[in-house]
Amino acid sequence: MKQLLSIFESFGSTLELLVRAGSYVGTLPRQRARFIEQCYLIGYTTLPIVAILSFFIGSVLALQAGYSMQNFGAKQFIGSLVGLSMARELGPVMVAILLAGRVGSAITAELASMKVYQEVDALVTMNIPPARMLVLPRLAAALAMVPVLAIIADLVGWFGGAIVAKYVAFISIEPESYFAVLRRYMVFKDVLNGLIKAESFGFVVVLVCCNIGLNTRGGPREIGAAVTRAVVVSLILILVLDYFITKALM
Amino acid sequence: MPACSPTRNPFTAQETPAVGVAIEGLSKSFGPRLVLDNITLSVEPGEIFVLMGPSGSGKSVLLRHIVGLEAPSAGRVTINRQDATAETTREHVRMAIVFQAGALFNSLSVYDNLALYLREHRVTNEAGIREKVMRALQILSLEGAAEKFPSELSGGMKKRVAIARALVMEPQLMLYDEPTSELDPVMSATISEIIASLKNEYHVTTVVVSHDRDLALNIAERVGILMDGRLIFLGTPDQLRQPEDPQVANFLYPKIDLKNPRYKQLET
Repeated sequence: MKQLLSIFESFGSTLELLVRAGSYVGTLPRQRARFIEQCYLIGYTTLPIVAILSFFIGSVLALQAGYSMQNFGAKQFIGSLVGLSMARELGPVMVAILLAGRVGSAITAELASMKVYQEVDALVTMNIPPARMLVLPRLAAALAMVPVLAIIADLVGWFGGAIVAKYVAFISIEPESYFAVLRRYMVFKDVLNGLIKAESFGFVVVLVCCNIGLNTRGGPREIGAAVTRAVVVSLILILVLDYFITKALM
Repeated sequence: MPACSPTRNPFTAQETPAVGVAIEGLSKSFGPRLVLDNITLSVEPGEIFVLMGPSGSGKSVLLRHIVGLEAPSAGRVTINRQDATAETTREHVRMAIVFQAGALFNSLSVYDNLALYLREHRVTNEAGIREKVMRALQILSLEGAAEKFPSELSGGMKKRVAIARALVMEPQLMLYDEPTSELDPVMSATISEIIASLKNEYHVTTVVVSHDRDLALNIAERVGILMDGRLIFLGTPDQLRQPEDPQVANFLYPKIDLKNPRYKQLET
């Protein structure tokens, strides 16, 4: 019962934070520098790991598909399988998971440490709302950067699949036919659905991580616990939301 | 509460009304633990009020109530008759708190720490901000520290930067949480002098939470002593020099008894 109450409390405080941050959206133009800094942290610094993982996920997908599909002569469809899987599911989910692990944890650690060491209290007494200065630029940067990361994840994943398809002996499909099949069985809506999912996951991850950070009380030990909780809650939410958004977009 | 005396702006020499603080029947519990028990006191406009008490007696919690960071379990705190917890109070009354550990923004330089309030509230343009920040740094003898980061500062410098950051807000109410803790005696005296000078020059209402007996006796106009969440003394520094209450005397002038140490008395 106590845990259930705590879940409802967290949900309530997250919504309250969202409303508060949203009420300051008009201040975003004069927070340009903070927005750009967060875009750099969320987008640019996450890009290399997104690219590496996408490349190998696309490659492994092509390898597994090629191995399984060669037995019933369907390996020419690898392009569509890799393309659809990356765009509709693996790209957005992988970007969101990386965001939770890399950016979300850093956000929680930073905000929790600011809370524990009274920097957040100092902001409040200066009449500078933390939702405006600490949360809004991060949410806006997530909205701007996550779709870009998802598109790059899709493209790199497709490219990884194409390389495996060409150079692995038992597959041996030329990139031209790989991408021709990919184009034939994919529509723009597949990519768009993936981007909607990525955008939703990214926004929720950043919001939840900000809220957990700002609600941290205690000392250094609680900062570590807050980071762990933020990552775990984010991962659960990504997978739960994934089901419902996928269902809604079908 | 008496009529407000004016607070002089350290940067423009303009006068704004000083503020008074009224605490009425304030109690605060954290779970089952009663931290503050029915506290009633007032701080007059332009006064230096020092709140003393042993560690864990609720001094910092009381300070957080004054600045609106905690909501009372019972009773109320008002600043110029406005509820301290209301967000609008912070818009109407400029109050600044110097936290025990400074609470400087670690990712910002000293200059940017001081400029943050002015930039966020668009008080003036960058040239004006520079002027105000450098003036505050000069008042606190910190001109050479402008480009340093908090991690590069000594404990005493951090406290002075925190005071300078509060000063650029041109506050009507200044609160200090243990401003002389962890400092050597000379630096403690320096900080005490700074607090008194700021009050004397700019007539800022000042509340100081401290263990420091010398600070209280030398700069306070009135002193309160909290013990176990209750206010056990409220009076002038002169009354504190020869306290009648044995609890107050024992707190302020504890005897070091090597033959019968306190920890052994507690064991029996």
